[in-house]
Amino acid sequence: MKERVVITGLGIVCPLGNDVATMWKRIGNCESGMDYTTIFDASGFPTKFCAEVKNYDFAKYTKNPELHKDGNRHSKFAIGAAAQACRQAKIDIETENPKDGIDRRRMGIYLGAGEGSVDNENFFNAIVQGWDDAAAKMDWIKWAAEAFGKMQPVRELEQEPNMPAAHVSMFTGARGPVRSCLTACAASTQAVGEAFKMLQLGQADVMIAGGAHCMIHPLGVTGFNRLTALSTRNDSPTTASRPFTASRDGFVIGEGASLVILETLESAKKRGVEILAEVIGYGGSNDAFRVTDMHEEARGAVQAIEAALKDAKLTYKDIDYVSTHGTSTAENDKIETFALKKVFKEEAKNIPASSVKSMMGHLIGAAGAAELITCVLAIRDGILPPTINLNDPDPNLDLDYVPNKPRKAQVDIALKESFGFGGQNSVVIIKRYKN
Amino acid sequence: MTVITGLGAITPLGLSYKDLWSGLCQGKSGIGRITAFDPSGFTCQVAGQAPEFNIRDYVPKAIRKTTKLMSRDIELAVVAGNEAIKDAGLKTKAFDEQNITINPQRTAIILGAGLISCDLVEFAPAVAKSITDGKFDMKKWGAQGIEHLTPLWLLKYLPNMLACHVGIIHDIQGPSNTITCAEVAGHLAIGEAMQIILRGDADTALAGGGEAKVNPIVHLRQCLLKRATANYNDNPAGACRPFAADAKGSVFGEAAATIVIENPETAKQRGAKVYAQIAGFGQSCSINKRYECLEPDGKGVQYAIEAAMEQAKIKPQQLDLIIPHGTGVFDDDIAEARGIQNALGGAVDAIPVFPTKSMVSNTGAAAGAVDVVVACCAIRDGIIPAAKNCEQKNKECKLNIAKEQIKKKINYVLCTSYTYGGQTAAIILKNED
Repeated sequence: MKERVVITGLGIVCPLGNDVATMWKRIGNCESGMDYTTIFDASGFPTKFCAEVKNYDFAKYTKNPELHKDGNRHSKFAIGAAAQACRQAKIDIETENPKDGIDRRRMGIYLGAGEGSVDNENFFNAIVQGWDDAAAKMDWIKWAAEAFGKMQPVRELEQEPNMPAAHVSMFTGARGPVRSCLTACAASTQAVGEAFKMLQLGQADVMIAGGAHCMIHPLGVTGFNRLTALSTRNDSPTTASRPFTASRDGFVIGEGASLVILETLESAKKRGVEILAEVIGYGGSNDAFRVTDMHEEARGAVQAIEAALKDAKLTYKDIDYVSTHGTSTAENDKIETFALKKVFKEEAKNIPASSVKSMMGHLIGAAGAAELITCVLAIRDGILPPTINLNDPDPNLDLDYVPNKPRKAQVDIALKESFGFGGQNSVVIIKRYKN
Repeated sequence: MTVITGLGAITPLGLSYKDLWSGLCQGKSGIGRITAFDPSGFTCQVAGQAPEFNIRDYVPKAIRKTTKLMSRDIELAVVAGNEAIKDAGLKTKAFDEQNITINPQRTAIILGAGLISCDLVEFAPAVAKSITDGKFDMKKWGAQGIEHLTPLWLLKYLPNMLACHVGIIHDIQGPSNTITCAEVAGHLAIGEAMQIILRGDADTALAGGGEAKVNPIVHLRQCLLKRATANYNDNPAGACRPFAADAKGSVFGEAAATIVIENPETAKQRGAKVYAQIAGFGQSCSINKRYECLEPDGKGVQYAIEAAMEQAKIKPQQLDLIIPHGTGVFDDDIAEARGIQNALGGAVDAIPVFPTKSMVSNTGAAAGAVDVVVACCAIRDGIIPAAKNCEQKNKECKLNIAKEQIKKKINYVLCTSYTYGGQTAAIILKNED
């Protein structure tokens, strides 16, 4: 017998706010989280803006700031998101003797988490010291002298992508299955999906699942700028993320952490916590096409959506709202629309499908779970998040993207889809909880 | 339950899992002075390097240009992936486009990958264009430097690209994931692949891990953390000393290992040879304020073993072999030994323990998968190779380190692993004969 799995807590630190209520209110107001980059000097880069988390202080969430102080931005975001989600789900944190009724060996973590930034100044200057440009050769002794002299062990350790999970396990005491994945932009949707499966099959009672990522660092922006994947609309950051428009020119990179508490229905009932939604389906696939492009006929995307529908025992007619991947790149928005038409057939134009990234930016590994949180709120409040900046629709993209203002609508079943660079696709379906 | 029907590995002991196994049985060491770069300025100057190979030989002609987008980590995974699929007797798009024997949509690929560092020699000329007054200038980098990097530069270094490339080569279209839990990633990937098959989302999976740790930045990181030994630069073969009283740290290396996991029914239908059954998988987490190390009592390791034993429904006495993570980091070896001892109780005295890293080196995200491949070979041949570099155990270690080669029927093997950051895992393999 499969366990039913429900969501009992939400936590977010993102460019639209450092808690769920602020983020949701700003989405309701169609606000943008974009501005010029301050984390590093991006003034020379093709893209000089991004979606940063502002005014965030992780220390207010922990009794042990010392333990987490060396964490990278995204590990610190994860602490805040975990604190919020655990508070809502009545899970005790930072204690040896939790009284929340959860056996710590039955509580796990599954994060889609990214790398930490390199130690930029020292990373680049070690190369400057070691590289002989005339000879086109690295003097490794000189490089090592600089690197060993300047770089700090803990800063190097904290770049490892399993560090957000390390911090969240110390913070919550989780001793069950702890896993971390990184399938680019699909990572946190995948993490939620895999955690859901673990609970469904009785491998844990509670899972803290979601994502944490910050690629707003020089190497990340370098990589995406070279790929020409980022918007370069430097004169207007707040209108740069414009999914499904004719003038879209790339995504806007963001950062954050987004966590949900998943638990078996039995555990939630036993503990008497409020149930926010039920998770009912998960599907994943691999394009196996090209690492540079999505499959032209959205093969992998379609397969993942259909797998999730089948897992949820639904047909395409049952979906009330799609939270799109909606990156605002030429390719994604086209292929994603194609995929939705293929799956939803004659219903495609009737199912609202909006992009939260138009406001929040693209949180990469943390994007999917952040957007899943907005699906939970859409079900709760009967409000669809809009796609803002949709003033010049791409004539070839003709679905209902919920343009420019939020809309009241009854949402009972919502589908969250995420497609990773390289072709890894993940889809999660949630439903209004009914006893 | 699921079964293992194919093995593949590229390690410092050779280009094939057969070289890995014969090397271990002969007590060969894959560890030597680093040649990939001049290590003289590093505290640790030894590592496990894989033999030379040409990646173009491993990729079908039609997509051979994709090799330009492969970092070393990806190349290693491609080599090991090819071998495992061939060894399983499966025909994929890569080998025989007319007679494919996998169902692409029902085949999964779950690989562990590390934090891939860029190739600094490729990167440096761009940095050289971004200097003002002898110092790196970020504004210049953004405006001019980055133009000197190939446009697709980033795609070589995203950890999910191991699974993406291998998936493209063999046309694997089912569930795909990339586990990024450092040294425990290989085990976790295998565990997840097993779970995906058990829950019915795939019939076949390619699982394992790959990481190229002989890279200056990656190596520097382990040196700075003092996890890499600085004491045995003049004795590479003796440098990695798991559980030894004179262990001074680990030795890092490059490898990839993959296995083919199948639903027993589909394996039987096609008459596949079965190396072993995955009888149990468990995972947990170490919680320690010094999160680069295991907690001293090894509780996270213990919990993972207990979960795996529970799933396998066996008693400690039934284990014939333990392949521990055994890194040669003194405190971590003690903590792991305690975790194993506490999980298995008195039975532990009689169970031979064979740490592989003394010869293979610590290959990060590949390490757990390397050990599962070794466990399959041990089961197949009924051989436990002799451990190396542990003449004198550290006092806290009560494990029965295999001093000499043992020949006997092996029914159950326990593999354990853990990582800095705390995640732990245990896998139990069962001999089906």
